[in-house]
Amino acid sequence: MSKLYVARSLRVAARGLDGEMMIMSGRDSTLFTLNRTATILWQAADGITPLDEIVQQQICVKFEVEPTVALQDAESLARQLAGHEILQISDQPIQQPTLAAGESR
Amino acid sequence: MSDLAVDVERLSLTIEIGNMPVCVHATDPNFLDLLQERYAGFVSSSAQAEIDFDVELTPLRFANPDAPVRVAQHGGRWTLERGDFFAEWEPGKRRGWIRQTANPYSIDAALRIVHTLVLARQGGFLLHSASAIRNGKAFLFAGVSEAGKTTISRLAPPDVTLLTDEISYVRKNDAGYVAFGTPFTGELARLGENVSAPVACLYLLAKGRENRIDPIPPGEATRALLANLLFFAEDEELVQATFHAAFEFVSRVPVFRLTFVPDPRVWELIG
Repeated sequence: MSKLYVARSLRVAARGLDGEMMIMSGRDSTLFTLNRTATILWQAADGITPLDEIVQQQICVKFEVEPTVALQDAESLARQLAGHEILQISDQPIQQPTLAAGESR
Repeated sequence: MSDLAVDVERLSLTIEIGNMPVCVHATDPNFLDLLQERYAGFVSSSAQAEIDFDVELTPLRFANPDAPVRVAQHGGRWTLERGDFFAEWEPGKRRGWIRQTANPYSIDAALRIVHTLVLARQGGFLLHSASAIRNGKAFLFAGVSEAGKTTISRLAPPDVTLLTDEISYVRKNDAGYVAFGTPFTGELARLGENVSAPVACLYLLAKGRENRIDPIPPGEATRALLANLLFFAEDEELVQATFHAAFEFVSRVPVFRLTFVPDPRVWELIG
């Protein structure tokens, strides 16, 4: 099974508040609020760490969840966020300018 | 040809909202009289306008003011478009023009848009909210249509100065935020007073069975603020600036939920 890489889109504005991440699309001003799990995924989406490693290292250690189930859920979530153009996904590492975790321009 | 050319006298009127004078130039004195009446209290004698706007009046034609607004920037020039007007504005040159029929509503919409664009770069915004000054402090009352903006404005006692019943004008400065009166009216159809005061707090309006004020979490406050901001531009940089401005505002200004019955006693809680 090929690896999936995820990276935060640079075309959004994002801020964390009270443990949840709010993200606004720069394209159409749509506002998204991420839950705790999605926030972890967003913050770890550096374009270099494969999604399965993010799930193992960041999600499975914080939530009591089966790794295969967690990975399926994370993939589904990543594809949803990519559909809204707030996350990029690729089967290759994604090169991006360095951003602080969870913050945007 | 030059012998036949006729010099058309350009008349002008300066409309100053939120300390930003905009000089409107037109050739039709009746149109400027219309604006003089529409913006009474906001007409300024300021000699130095921040923006000069030329108005080109077109004959009456079918136009839909409910058509979607389109605001975009290309090469430093903004285009503002709705069913009833087309305008361009070049911030670098401080000049713009608008083509519309002789009505006060089209230019009013264009002015609102230009103010949102200017404010977005300065950390301020226009907000769907009533606002008023009491005891030297400004209070904002935000909510969607029917939330109670007009009602709370109508219930205000005589010692309250109404800034607007519909769209609040908020500027950021070193000390915090300042709310200005606006001529942008809602159902009350009464222009705000052309004065300003530091913003003391933002109330999110909710009609209920009693008058009460409750704190709300910062995340909810930010979402509510963002939902009530006026913003039209299809421009990533300004969207991001406005997004961060909302967070900044909530971090510095208290936000509460104000539940109220349509009764003047609600004002006993404010100020």
